[in-house]
Amino acid sequence: MAVKLQNMVAKKPLSGRKQMERRSFLLSLLLGTGTVAAALAGYVPILSGWVKRLRPPGALEEPEFLASCIKCGQCVQVCPVEAIKLADAGDGFGNGVPFIDARTQACDFSCDAVQCVLACPTGALTHEIDKKEQVRMGLAVLARPEACLARQGQGFKGVARGADFKGLHRYIAVDRWNPVRIADQPYDLELCDLCVRECPIKDAIRLIPMSDDPADKRRTPLVEEACVGCGMCEMICPVDPAAIVIEERKTWQQAAVDSFISGEAV
Amino acid sequence: MNEIDKYIIPQKDAPIDRKAEIKTVADNAIDAPEPLSERERRCRQTMRDFYEGLRTMLGAAPIRHEKSEWTETMRSIQAWKMTPEQRTFRRTLLYKHENTKPTFAWRKWRWPSIIIINVLFVVSYWLDVQLVEGALTASRFVGFHMADVNSSLQVVLAYKELLINLMIGLVTVMFLWWLVGGRSFCSWACPYHLLSELAEMVHLKLAAKGWALDIPLDRRMRTVLYVIFAILAFVTGYTVFETISPVGIVSRALIYGGGAALLWVGFLLLIEIFLVRRFWCRYACPIGLTYGFVGATSPVKIQWDATKCLHEGNCRAVCLVPHVLEMTIKNRAHKSVMEAGPDCTRCAMCLEACLPGALSMKVKGIGDLL
Repeated sequence: MAVKLQNMVAKKPLSGRKQMERRSFLLSLLLGTGTVAAALAGYVPILSGWVKRLRPPGALEEPEFLASCIKCGQCVQVCPVEAIKLADAGDGFGNGVPFIDARTQACDFSCDAVQCVLACPTGALTHEIDKKEQVRMGLAVLARPEACLARQGQGFKGVARGADFKGLHRYIAVDRWNPVRIADQPYDLELCDLCVRECPIKDAIRLIPMSDDPADKRRTPLVEEACVGCGMCEMICPVDPAAIVIEERKTWQQAAVDSFISGEAV
Repeated sequence: MNEIDKYIIPQKDAPIDRKAEIKTVADNAIDAPEPLSERERRCRQTMRDFYEGLRTMLGAAPIRHEKSEWTETMRSIQAWKMTPEQRTFRRTLLYKHENTKPTFAWRKWRWPSIIIINVLFVVSYWLDVQLVEGALTASRFVGFHMADVNSSLQVVLAYKELLINLMIGLVTVMFLWWLVGGRSFCSWACPYHLLSELAEMVHLKLAAKGWALDIPLDRRMRTVLYVIFAILAFVTGYTVFETISPVGIVSRALIYGGGAALLWVGFLLLIEIFLVRRFWCRYACPIGLTYGFVGATSPVKIQWDATKCLHEGNCRAVCLVPHVLEMTIKNRAHKSVMEAGPDCTRCAMCLEACLPGALSMKVKGIGDLL
């Protein structure tokens, strides 16, 4: 009380206690603001559109997906080919959110019944789907037609992605239940049709002739409506970088708009 | 003058005290003008102590009770403590304690608890035994949904939908932590807490040599951060806090492998070592506050006994949240038996730091019957 009065009467320097309190308050303000700022920095990758990720099967639209995902990685744990990974701090608000890098390891539905969707506790991977055919992750697009072996009429001999490639795929003829290494499965094809051959979805992709000449061996892959965007074609494509890739979250509607703009037929 | 000699011996049956007591009783009677029955009075006091605990947890300075508000028992204990025999007895105890180092035996349970819980997640994934799938934010324990309370809150606020699996997990986890009470999650399960405890040891060593600062912060900061993060989740539609939650980051790093996010955790630990002791757990973590609310009404309590307390302050020196032990300060308690507030993490360090054994862990209900 006496100290208080003294301070009020004459502008004496603050007491040690008061000084401590002021220092505490200012440092709290600084560290508190810093904490909020660090968290809000997560906005930067989102707003600037750095984060373009292929999400696991059943993922809701991106904002809803980031909101509802609880970042637990249960989807990661059930995936038999370990296709799903969790994003790091660079993804901002997407830190800890699952994604698939199809070129390294695509989802080939080895689990048969979208296990990741069943594992998701929040429905960020929507529980409304239960078959692989219902999945819509994106669409396969022939990004580098000039590199496509089929379009050059070439065959393919050897292992698809080199002997060191760690990617897994379920070859039903080899093992119905367990995915095996792609590097252990050499091919000998007269015309490369790996993207069609290994596609896990029926009628999602096929090769069509490039001319009316029956002697012309050249074929081009045609992505059909059934494509779910799993990325198996991108993983197996033997040229580097892949001729066919997945455009994440692309829909046929958007594909139609794109082709209209570029003047090509779908 | 000896520590104990500083006690003010209240005059028994002094008229001034009586008047003051009657006055407080009248003050307490908000609805009924006539004096309350003893039972009613005790009931109200308990409720007030409960709200006082919540207020203190949110950052308010603990209330100092006037001597006139003390219970009759507390006053007689105080008087008894002032008798010459008791003074001499306690003086010898204090002398003995000067050269006694407490053993932290509970830690031998607590650290393994943190390690085992987190290792179970890791082992379950790596051996693919499906015992605990997921991370600390949400998991399945042998198939049963579990969800971290704060993570669920963030998801619900951001996504604005009540998700059934999440609610099942949430209620299960809330019930389990309510059973053990306080912020037990923090000191018995949180992997960041363990890192922070290790950092605290380093901090204390450095601080003793004058190489590290320990600036106490304003405890209201945690409440402000809590509200800000809740609002941010709701307004932005993103689980903003999860981006920097060291608990989620460390848990995921252990299970799925770490990345750049661990730099943030390292940064926090550096602050704790060099600037503010236990910065995150004490002043910032919204998860801690959430669990504080969950365990506020738990039957498990840390109980303080005025008759044994020597007011040495050892308990508060080791405590992560010393404000829950305010009653151990001389002349602060208004009751002879008091409980640590809801911010208590049940780490049990105080139990061992307290050499006269004034603090104990109590289970209400069943514990009373036993």
